[in-house]
Amino acid sequence: MLVLAIDTATPAVTAGVVELGSERVTVLAERVTHDARAHGELLTPHVLDAVSRAGATLRDLAAVVCGVGPGPFTGLRAGIVTAAALADSLDVPAYPVCSLDAIASDAVADGADAPFLVVTDARRREVYWAAYDREGHRSRGPEVAAPAALDPAARRVEHAHPSPAGLARTAATAIRASEAPAPLTPLYLRRPDAAVPGARKRVSAS
Amino acid sequence: MSRIVMGVESSCDETGVGLVRLHDDGTVELLADEVASSVAEHARFGGVVPEVASRAHLEAMVPTVHRAFDTAGLRMSDVSAVAVTAGPGLAGALLVGLSAAKAYAAALDVPLYGVNHLAGHIAVDTLQHGPLPAPSLALLVSGGHTQLLRVDDIAGKITEIGSTVDDAAGEAYDKVARVLDLPYPGGPPIDRAAREGAPDAIAFPRGMTGPRDAAYDFSFSGLKTAVARWVEAAQARGEDVPVADVAASFQEAVADVLTAKAVRAATESGIGTLVISGGVAANSRLAALAAQRCADAGIELRIPRPRLCTDNGAMIAALGAHLVSAGCAPSALEVSADPALPVSTISL
Ligand SMILES: [Zn+2]
Repeated sequence: MLVLAIDTATPAVTAGVVELGSERVTVLAERVTHDARAHGELLTPHVLDAVSRAGATLRDLAAVVCGVGPGPFTGLRAGIVTAAALADSLDVPAYPVCSLDAIASDAVADGADAPFLVVTDARRREVYWAAYDREGHRSRGPEVAAPAALDPAARRVEHAHPSPAGLARTAATAIRASEAPAPLTPLYLRRPDAAVPGARKRVSAS
Repeated sequence: MSRIVMGVESSCDETGVGLVRLHDDGTVELLADEVASSVAEHARFGGVVPEVASRAHLEAMVPTVHRAFDTAGLRMSDVSAVAVTAGPGLAGALLVGLSAAKAYAAALDVPLYGVNHLAGHIAVDTLQHGPLPAPSLALLVSGGHTQLLRVDDIAGKITEIGSTVDDAAGEAYDKVARVLDLPYPGGPPIDRAAREGAPDAIAFPRGMTGPRDAAYDFSFSGLKTAVARWVEAAQARGEDVPVADVAASFQEAVADVLTAKAVRAATESGIGTLVISGGVAANSRLAALAAQRCADAGIELRIPRPRLCTDNGAMIAALGAHLVSAGCAPSALEVSADPALPVSTISL
């Protein structure tokens, strides 16, 4: 079956169409642009481009997979709301995936030795991270922290963003079993910056 | 054959989805107008917090779309165009609605219209009062904008002839409400308090009304400061603050300047129709004074009902329908939000 994979948790605008077989995940087409400010502009055009390069139409999709972060807020939402609206109007399920899990899956597929940490840029001199055990399963995280807080001895994988294959692989079991998807809840990991105002300042000189 | 246009609004703290029917004669009929507001989440911050608004838009978007289709009794496949606010507004908030609208337009294989929020505030009036005479004058008053606009063609030509040089009218309401210990947003509680007060109790200043001031521009910063000074002086004398009189006198100053300048602009440009829209258009004193002054000047006054005046998706659907009707080119799917989109750019 054809699955659309989307991720905007990193500066990459990622869209791809994968064929999800009973055993294998095969990428048919993907479009990735590295531009942290272009998620809103490019994501839907990338989706349409990937679908047409896969020789398909949106109507052929059986499911949508979406990375739900953790990621800096603004771009992350572009991917999630796009996935939600596409799935809604195409009447197919949308499966959330932790974007770091998809990166871990890519690393394992590329032959990385687990255990390892997946670390992405959280801006403000912090990183998002999660730890993966010998089998490549997440054992801790995702969390946001200063880089110094991470175990310096741990191996780290260097993938900057999840691939459509990694996203689809991470959700494959749920999709194959036609499980009811969890809601597409973003992994913000930080509270909004907002302060409750204190006492009003007087305007008159006292 | 009539066409259904869906409208998506997310420029500030309301997630709005509207559905309208564009009839062959160019008239536009309202079918659904669903809004999810995050205003309660901003109240304790005394103003809209952009990140809080953006998070709320993401949560509300798809459910609000569903409510709109349920209300209208339509299926998504009935839609022939999707219109969405492309600006002006909060960047992160705009991005949520624009991304959703692109996905709906792509999945439904219909054209996308990225449109101007301010023009939507004017277009919404056609849902209630029918086609807008050309030219018309529009006074947009809300927490984010205070502008006088000449509307030659709702789908083609809108020209700003005046705007606030500092605070928006609605912003002044919020700040004065804080001075008077009234809740946020300040418009409704000040309007209520003012009903028990005397509008001529205190002579608050009328900003930008001197002989050398720009005839159609506004200023509310000085008024807000004058109210705060007056209240602080009363408190310093150990007096109880006459909240109703302060509210009524403040509200009178706002309504006086807004209506005087709007009527003067209409008269001086020979324009026979004034539309007042935006959240502050729901203010009772503004509506009453505008009615009286427009009647005296022989100007037709059109104020959409309060529900249509505040931010909503129906206004965006209505504007989209006028663009479809006029044969305007749709937007590219690569269109990006413009937080500072000028009102003269009706669609992108
Ligand atoms: Zn507005």
